[in-house]
Amino acid sequence: MKFDIIVAGVGGQGVLSVSAVIASAAMEEGLQVKQSEVHGMAQRGGAVLANLRLSDRPIASDLIAHGRASLVLGMEPLEVLRYLEYLAPDGTVITSIHAVKNIAEYPPLDDVLAAIRRLPHAVLIDGDTLAREAGSLRAVNMVMVGAASRVLPIRPETLEHFIATRFRSKGDQVVQQNLQAFRAGREAAAA
Amino acid sequence: MADAVLLGDEAVALGAIHAGLTASYAYPGTPSTEITEFLLGYAARHGRPHAAWASNEKTAFEEALGVCFVGRRALVSMKHVGLNVAADPFMNAALVAPHGGLVVAVADDPGMHSSQNEQDSRYYADFARIVCFEPADQQEAYDMTREAYEVSERFRIPVMVRLVTRLAHARSIVRLGEPRPENPLAKPPQTTSWILLPVNARRQWKALLARQGELRDYAGGSPYNRLTEGSGRFGVITTGIARNYYLENVDDLDSKPWHLHVGVYPAPTPLIRRFTEQVDRVLVLEDGYPFVERQLRTLLPTRYTVMGRETGEVSIDGELTPDTVRQALGLPVAAGVSIDAMMPPPARPPQLCQGCPHGDSYRALKEAVASVDEAVVTSDIGCYTLGALPPYSAIESCVCMGASVGMAKGAADAGFHPAFAVIGDSTFLHSGVTGLMDAVAANTDMTLVILDNGTVGMTGAQPTVLPSSRIQTLVMGLGVDPDHCHVLSAHPRHAAENADVLKREMAHHGLSVVVLVRECLEVVREHKAATRASGAQPVAQGATS
Repeated sequence: MKFDIIVAGVGGQGVLSVSAVIASAAMEEGLQVKQSEVHGMAQRGGAVLANLRLSDRPIASDLIAHGRASLVLGMEPLEVLRYLEYLAPDGTVITSIHAVKNIAEYPPLDDVLAAIRRLPHAVLIDGDTLAREAGSLRAVNMVMVGAASRVLPIRPETLEHFIATRFRSKGDQVVQQNLQAFRAGREAAAA
Repeated sequence: MADAVLLGDEAVALGAIHAGLTASYAYPGTPSTEITEFLLGYAARHGRPHAAWASNEKTAFEEALGVCFVGRRALVSMKHVGLNVAADPFMNAALVAPHGGLVVAVADDPGMHSSQNEQDSRYYADFARIVCFEPADQQEAYDMTREAYEVSERFRIPVMVRLVTRLAHARSIVRLGEPRPENPLAKPPQTTSWILLPVNARRQWKALLARQGELRDYAGGSPYNRLTEGSGRFGVITTGIARNYYLENVDDLDSKPWHLHVGVYPAPTPLIRRFTEQVDRVLVLEDGYPFVERQLRTLLPTRYTVMGRETGEVSIDGELTPDTVRQALGLPVAAGVSIDAMMPPPARPPQLCQGCPHGDSYRALKEAVASVDEAVVTSDIGCYTLGALPPYSAIESCVCMGASVGMAKGAADAGFHPAFAVIGDSTFLHSGVTGLMDAVAANTDMTLVILDNGTVGMTGAQPTVLPSSRIQTLVMGLGVDPDHCHVLSAHPRHAAENADVLKREMAHHGLSVVVLVRECLEVVREHKAATRASGAQPVAQGATS
């Protein structure tokens, strides 16, 4: 079994947190993990990418090759388009539908979403609304982890355990918001 | 001991700690920053080792040398271009025969994710005639750093550990070994090896050259340099993380090539000869310059075909990827999913944060400059370099740490007026102060603008070596005329008066310094979060204007 994931978003959206939660849970379930991140300049509002590779056998490369990713997980829809060349033909795209329009030449959002909908396996998630309903817009990352949990080779309970661990220092309310966000994302992706 | 999940950078840090590290020094620089971040966190929890940010890579290196002078183990870490700054102590440290282990961890940035060039530090190790380790994964980063201290003390040389971005910033599981205690304090058996007067330096240089055979034997016998049997007359040499991309693809080849992996230098010549006896065609894969590839061309008779970056099988620039290696091996790259419309999507370059004080400073500067036909605005390295991009387009150069000051002086010396230099507070403390001293000595007709946000922003908000409140004292202490030294608040409500001051100082024929102060938003956020977490009363974060 191997499961390669591209997590795409914009600096400040928490791409690295998403990657870290999935990686910790995968390791807990005995999978081999390689997690490659972008630090430094790009984190200042630019395009941010994490490569996350899960396998039941040793993994050589930290980076994912073209056409091999089982999942492109988008925190932002335009960023998904940037990495489609990494997606396997039978791979899945799961993305939030909310745009971060910090560039002048952002194409019409409807066109971006329509292009993603035409892909063979695409799940579009109203991440911001679900996060707000869960109690905090900042929990949108965990909505997306919840949506991804539909295709990840990891049990949802294990993911929930690491979400609780990650936010424990911020108090019980934040933990509950993020767990709620995770469940809402998982629910939405089932529809 | 237990396993740990570590970034490549963190594996180097923990390897050094477990090797009995006494002290570690660095200046922040992507992709090396997390080495020191890890050490600072570890030191906060365990009370050792000593870990500190230094003014720049040269002072960091010299502080590390002092640790070795008294017999203890030191780590100095930096990004590749940081080694240019530290090149003077680095080259000479190879001569002094340190008896306390010295490891120089350098993180190269092939592909220039966060850098102004993609120089390959292996050339520096070769230049200084020392041993260089090039780990391929996080486990090797840990193990090799530990081994590097043994090699350093055994051969009495500094030893380099060369990382690249993709290893430095990728996380994996690392098996840890038993920690070793620190060395006892012990001055050198004789200090003449450290006194590089020509009479001593000639002797030390000869002694270093005489040890080269031992270094080659060590590297030649190291298990990190490995020959793996293949079939046929085709062979592949990999170095460092290139091995990962090779292994990712090799099973798709019809027959398995002979494979030589190089993980420690000097490159193992006898092993290379044994390898080349088996093959006629060699592909060299390196995440960096064609370093081994060039050595191979000089070693091999012309009947051999050597392929790599110099012959175009691998691009001469940029980082390796699983796909570029796949192509070099003659394998087809898998097609991803393609769509017709909207490709490629518009680029999303990094930019200043909403409300960043640098934005306010640039608006004021632009207003001042707009009042003249033409101005020179040199600048420097940091978040504020993003002021070169729209919507600001406010600066015209970014060359190396501190260059803005010297370049503005040069432009003024050549007769251009007005000349501005724009530099961040940490960059100024790193390498701008000496340039300003030159400008003070000549009372150069230029205006130095120091953007003082109280932090090293781009690398993740590390503390500057001196606080904001000391910048003005430092500038005045150099002898800048107090009438032409201003400290202003980089706040939108002061936009008009800041622009007026800049205009006035632009008109002044002589040296002016304008410090624009406001704390980085990231730092403000961090302080707020820390205050909330501790439940303490908020501390005033006012700028020091």
